[in-house]
Amino acid sequence: MESFRYIRAQDNQAAIRAAGINEAKFIAGGTNMLDLMKLNIETPKQLVDINKLSLYKIEELQNGGIRIGALVKNSDLAYHPFIVKNYPVLSEALLSGASPQLRNMASVGGNLMQRTRCPYFYSTDFACNKRLPGSGCGAIDGYNRNNAVLGTSDKCIATHPSDMCVAMAALGAIIHIQSPKGIRTIPFSEFHLIPGQTPHIEHAIKPDELITHVELPALSFASKSHYLKVRDRASYEFALASAAVALDIQGGIIKGARIALGGIGTKPWRSPEAEKALIGAPANNETYKKAADAALAEAKPYTDNAFKIELAKRTLVRALTTVGGMS
Amino acid sequence: MEEKDKENSSSSGGTTRRQFLGQVGLAGAGLQLAPLLAKATGILPSNEALAAEPITVSMMVNGSKKTLTLDTRVTLLDALREKLLMPGTKKGCDHGQCGACTVLVDGRRINSCLHLAVMCEGSEVTTIEGLATGDQLHPMQAAFLKHDGFQCGYCTPGQICSAVGLVKEGHAHTDAEIREQMSGNICRCGAYQNILAAIKEVQNA
Repeated sequence: MESFRYIRAQDNQAAIRAAGINEAKFIAGGTNMLDLMKLNIETPKQLVDINKLSLYKIEELQNGGIRIGALVKNSDLAYHPFIVKNYPVLSEALLSGASPQLRNMASVGGNLMQRTRCPYFYSTDFACNKRLPGSGCGAIDGYNRNNAVLGTSDKCIATHPSDMCVAMAALGAIIHIQSPKGIRTIPFSEFHLIPGQTPHIEHAIKPDELITHVELPALSFASKSHYLKVRDRASYEFALASAAVALDIQGGIIKGARIALGGIGTKPWRSPEAEKALIGAPANNETYKKAADAALAEAKPYTDNAFKIELAKRTLVRALTTVGGMS
Repeated sequence: MEEKDKENSSSSGGTTRRQFLGQVGLAGAGLQLAPLLAKATGILPSNEALAAEPITVSMMVNGSKKTLTLDTRVTLLDALREKLLMPGTKKGCDHGQCGACTVLVDGRRINSCLHLAVMCEGSEVTTIEGLATGDQLHPMQAAFLKHDGFQCGYCTPGQICSAVGLVKEGHAHTDAEIREQMSGNICRCGAYQNILAAIKEVQNA
């Protein structure tokens, strides 16, 4: 691990100031950051510990939504009674990720910022445009069974690893940011960036911008939701394919739908195409299959991951069937 | 205790296993000092200078206050093992994948290999060494012994700390739920069935 300066920030302003210099990075849970620092993939000259900031609250909002502090631990969010009852898709997504120990450490903000587990990114012996811009992509012509089929480019096919983010994409979360310039919000769909020609730029925020909260807007049918994750092991493994689904079904007709997919995209993959195929259609298997086809219509397979396209479709149909049966 | 006995009996060459590892550790520290020396002799350009200074941190470890001045890179795991000389907590993968390093911080189970020691200011850390009360084993330790919840024993401190955390969290009740909630602790010997039995006994007591 490279040497770094450690600063324990006492408030948001101090954290932002310290993050603006010395190639600094924030550290909260540290589960991804320290892992990457040990491998010399992340080499901050300065680490700004934000764990003393007051960003641990989960607050219900007047408008029916909820505001989640960026430092709330993944486990605390997953088991929060309001989340379990009103946003089951989020609770299930969180509990399907990592291990209990890691969920006790990992923060909401850190989960938003976590980096791909593409083996070519993780091994400094290989080329990776994300890790070393311009060096090439080891995965495109390498072993790419776990890589993405949606949102890829000729520079990068790395999968976004988060489960939580897939649920938040479906729920249309809003990310609250504080920076030297003030406070701003970013819609979830604009927070993560597809690789394009600049795969090393992964988020729409700068190093001295601090995520303070994530807001989940009120969604009348968020309680009719589910997260299904398919993977090589029964537990403690990243998704091959996953689906976050929320449905509003009235009289057998789908009135509202929220769909996002994980394990197959270069970012948490909201699918307006699948939502369009669902809304106004009868809640049955035929509709679900059409939605799955629509979600994966643009998918591009690589040498070893063509199976993910069919797997993702079946995952989505199964998740839709589960939620369809709730009404 | 067994480990201690083994070390004492293996010191025929004048160096115990732990002393040897300590010496290797010092040699490693020498390598880390090299850039500093290089800087002092003007070999490195100034923009590569190391600005990091050691940090002093105070934490409660198994009920006693410990104050350490550490390189910022030292993990809680390494601070426990190498600085506080409490080798009960084990280093397995050192990347948060195996759970051998599991300890309780402020009552919650975490991977000590992915936690910087300097982040523990004011924290209460409980390791495997802190679970027993005098000679009275913690119920989870006793249950692991009774049910033979280990073979080689290397993952056991992490398994036991994790199991104590699991019971406290209160989210796992069925066999399947307990297995799921222990998935962060790998046992290469495959003692899972007996670990499950030990946890169930403590939960049902």
